Amino acid sequence: MSYGWLILGMMAITFALRYSLFAWPNLKFPPLVRQGLHYVPTAVLTAIVVPGMLLPDGQHWALTLDNAYLLAGLAAIAIAATTRHLLATIGGGMLVFFGLRWLLGQLPL
Amino acid sequence: MTRQQLFSRGIRDSFAMAVGILPFGLIFGTLAGAAGLTLWQAVGMSLLVYAGSAQLIALSLLGTGASVLVILLTTFIVNLRHVLYSATLQPYVGRLPQHWRLLLAFWLTDETFAVVQRFYLLHGDKPLAQWYWLGVASSLYACWVGSSLAGVLFGQAVPDLASWGLEFAMLATFIGIVVPLLRNRPQIAAALAAGAVALATLHWPYKLGLMAAAFSGIAVGVLLERRQTQQHPARELRS
Repeated sequence: MSYGWLILGMMAITFALRYSLFAWPNLKFPPLVRQGLHYVPTAVLTAIVVPGMLLPDGQHWALTLDNAYLLAGLAAIAIAATTRHLLATIGGGMLVFFGLRWLLGQLPL
Repeated sequence: MTRQQLFSRGIRDSFAMAVGILPFGLIFGTLAGAAGLTLWQAVGMSLLVYAGSAQLIALSLLGTGASVLVILLTTFIVNLRHVLYSATLQPYVGRLPQHWRLLLAFWLTDETFAVVQRFYLLHGDKPLAQWYWLGVASSLYACWVGSSLAGVLFGQAVPDLASWGLEFAMLATFIGIVVPLLRNRPQIAAALAAGAVALATLHWPYKLGLMAAAFSGIAVGVLLERRQTQQHPARELRS
């Protein structure tokens, strides 16, 4: 039941962070921490996305034209840069991804 | 306004957000099933953790064989932003009894924060405003848990779902969040550093490279921002 512990651990951490300042009214952050927090989403999410596009199986580099994760990822980046719309990026990216996998015969059909 | 009026107004004001949450709950539920979680584990995670991006990241890390410790550390880093929300809303909860503060803290997500923060900006600290907050938080929570459940059921109804590559939805989601953030040089540099370090540390055990990549990105961003504000003190950086 390690998933159970994982869920309880994630719950405890998330709740502690959300409750933190409600519990200690006088706590204030140094500016360095506040500044650092602005880069958390960029750093964490990029660190997941880049390997996910370049090594879809987590083991082998796939700088090839039949790598739908890479090509559709680039398409999603283009959509995000032009529209700045989250759902448009997901919808458009998925469309390109499944279109490519269908063309490449990678879908279990 | 009475408690009931504030409560139902909170539900009404969160409608747009609720519609926006639906697809993510569906994505989470579908992928959770594909990642090997049972219905109760998937719905339990949405019920107890209630943090969409951390939950999606946990799934993607489980898929790559990360250890529980690394997933918990990542949850901590990814959810650090909630401390800022907690700090922002702190003045409004100081006079509330403990059980209110516990409940509202548990429900303090990005979406709830956005709606509630706007209410306090427009109307100030009204008496009974916590009932508005309760309306917003409970309807968004119900939407998240319900759509997670629907996603799991959808995943169970479609055979062979794991081999479709649905996890690309997570990459697309993260791309859709990150790319609009890349509006200035420190943010772009933070992304480049994090991506490069993530690739260089791929062979590290337990996905510990993710931590190295995250901290490198944050450090590069902060260093560049400090250097830029020293060179152009007048120019405020937006993030």
